[in-house]
Amino acid sequence: MSEFTSPGEVADALKRVNYLPDERISQVVFLAERLDKPVLVEGPAGVGKTELAKALAEIHGRRLIRLQCYEGLDESKALYEWNYRKQLLRLQADEGADWSTVEDDIFGESFLLERPLLEALRSPEPVVLLIDEVDRVEIETEALLLEVLADFQASIPELGTVRAVSRPLVVLTSNNTRDLSDALKRRCLFLHIGYPEVDREREILLTRVPELPQQLAEQIAGVVRHIRAQPLRKSPSVSESIDWARTLLALGIEEVNEGVTTDTLHVLLKYQADIDKVAADLLGPR
Amino acid sequence: MITILTGFVSELRQVGIPVSMVEAIDAAGAIEHVPLADREALRHSLAACLVKNAHHLEAFDAAFDVFFSRQPPVDDSSGEPAPASEGDGGGTGAGEVDLEPIIAGLVGALSAPDYAALQAIARQVVGLLAGIQPGRPVGGRYYLYRVLSRLGAEALPARLMAAHEEPEGLERTLLADEYRARIESFESMVRDEIRRRLVADRGREAVARTTRQLLIEDVDLAHAPRADIARMERVIQPLARKLAARLAHRRRHLRKGRLDIRKTVRRSLSTGGLLADPQFKAPRVAKPDIVLLCDISGSVATFAHFTMQLMYAMSSQFSRVRAFAFIDGVDEVTGFFAPGVDFHDSIGRISREASVVHFDGHSDYGNVLGQLVERHGQAITPRTSVIITGDGRNNYRPANGDLLAGIAATARAVYWLNPEPARFWDTGDSVMREYAPSCTGLFEVRTLRQLEAFVEELAMAAATHTTAVKV
Repeated sequence: MSEFTSPGEVADALKRVNYLPDERISQVVFLAERLDKPVLVEGPAGVGKTELAKALAEIHGRRLIRLQCYEGLDESKALYEWNYRKQLLRLQADEGADWSTVEDDIFGESFLLERPLLEALRSPEPVVLLIDEVDRVEIETEALLLEVLADFQASIPELGTVRAVSRPLVVLTSNNTRDLSDALKRRCLFLHIGYPEVDREREILLTRVPELPQQLAEQIAGVVRHIRAQPLRKSPSVSESIDWARTLLALGIEEVNEGVTTDTLHVLLKYQADIDKVAADLLGPR
Repeated sequence: MITILTGFVSELRQVGIPVSMVEAIDAAGAIEHVPLADREALRHSLAACLVKNAHHLEAFDAAFDVFFSRQPPVDDSSGEPAPASEGDGGGTGAGEVDLEPIIAGLVGALSAPDYAALQAIARQVVGLLAGIQPGRPVGGRYYLYRVLSRLGAEALPARLMAAHEEPEGLERTLLADEYRARIESFESMVRDEIRRRLVADRGREAVARTTRQLLIEDVDLAHAPRADIARMERVIQPLARKLAARLAHRRRHLRKGRLDIRKTVRRSLSTGGLLADPQFKAPRVAKPDIVLLCDISGSVATFAHFTMQLMYAMSSQFSRVRAFAFIDGVDEVTGFFAPGVDFHDSIGRISREASVVHFDGHSDYGNVLGQLVERHGQAITPRTSVIITGDGRNNYRPANGDLLAGIAATARAVYWLNPEPARFWDTGDSVMREYAPSCTGLFEVRTLRQLEAFVEELAMAAATHTTAVKV
């Protein structure tokens, strides 16, 4: 695994895998690796939070293990579960066997189902662990993560404490739909990713849509900034501006003007009220 | 360095950002990995360790700028003309300096854009125009205003646009956006420079005290400047979302419903018919009926807007929300807030279309209560919680406290939210004392934090109340 000696190197490596970080992102990633701490990434949808974890896995050549959170996620889905059907079969296979030998047997490795957290801890080579949308789990389930995040270990009653064989790089993402517990936040470095500046957005567009002309990318970034400055129910995200760039390319449009923008607004905006408002603003002054 | 850091951490706590011991230690550890000369790297590193809430970043930045303000790069690079204008002290010095070449240079640098040149100009104009006098405890904002107004900052966009021959439509809009962004970055350079000089003059702690930025939850709703109101509006949706999530969580833990026999028996099949895992029905969530009665006269209008906005953002938590606006007459405004409708349009429509003025446009609570009972009396039922927002300043008119008592007798609860500090109630023309006996609760609500706490209590009170009755 490559060790970075400066945030600049992190930035260069990320750029090589087509992820354009800003100064804040590369600085925090660098720090996270130095301090061996998880990173909690927060920000609006579609600004590249999950992408960051994927890019990190790529630059380190590590495997990405992803735990997608949802309401109702519990230990048996996140950490481990005993394969009880297999256990039943094992018991039925030799009935009459001595209990103590069977007990040792059925709580052994071959009956254990690894879930993402345990998998990340027990992986012989270091991995990147992505805990996606952590704000969706209940507060009680958060507690499950604390031990993993702070000490990189997990306790399983039948097996004892499982320590990480290699230190995983942990990235948590949150859409900020609820406040995470202080205990969780305290264990992480916090990284807020907002909408990019115009110049960075243009670069992102050019990286993601290589056949896009420079001129058009500049205009798209400008229009998107203008739209984001307005109070909308949902501002266009980076992934939506990329979609828009692709749409314009597919339509063979070389220059953005009011007409083109209003006709294709539905790619950028997802609420009719927002579309009406922006269209009125663009066509308004005349 | 550690001394500065501890001072910085305690300043953050002063502002209200919760920084735990562990986080402070993390920050100290982080510093070792950051080249101290790189100010932005330091800023991002400290922010990652100390701030865990995106809404707190602005306050963090304000404090950071003071504590880690740039040391004078080349001290007094603006040395030659500066002493002249600072020396005469009266602040009239700028008149003698010819500003035109500086402004022309500024316009040139802005349209290039040449950020190094802008930086130099910022340093120069602060020396020339701010007229910072040593030892005067004035906040940085005053100096910023002084510099910008003398530079004629309002005219800058027009001058920049004039260089382009007739761009129109979209192109024009985008160009204007770009220039606005550049001017803003110039302003922040000027702000930086002013701050640097203030810190050099008065020391970190003193400057931090005057430039401290309140967390958005703690800004006084009634006297908030425009910029803060815009910031508050941006947080109200996420705030409502989080509040709803928290309520759902609290309700889930309130009490389980009755035993669900069907589910329990079905579940027992996997344990060979043994009823080992009892299942419960989800309790029905009781949602209160809300009648909002908002004073929208000038003095408390902002507060009323926020209350309405939050209640509507939370409307999924209530079975029905009806809103009435009043000044000295009352009118129903429920229909103005359909889902997806822009809130500002609705507020605009209230003042245009609703007949909230009955006589002279000064608050008259007594008359309003009379009209409410007379025209909209059927809106209030035993399931209704009535929320009244207003300062209770009745302009020395009859309070008609008995009408509110009548409403309170019918309604399940009457809450009064008052944006004035509690110690001012019942002074002057405030008639809170007449209404107080009829109210289930009186709340001083001056900040978003207090408003949020009230709404949470309201929704929870309803849930606990009805379950108690059912049992």
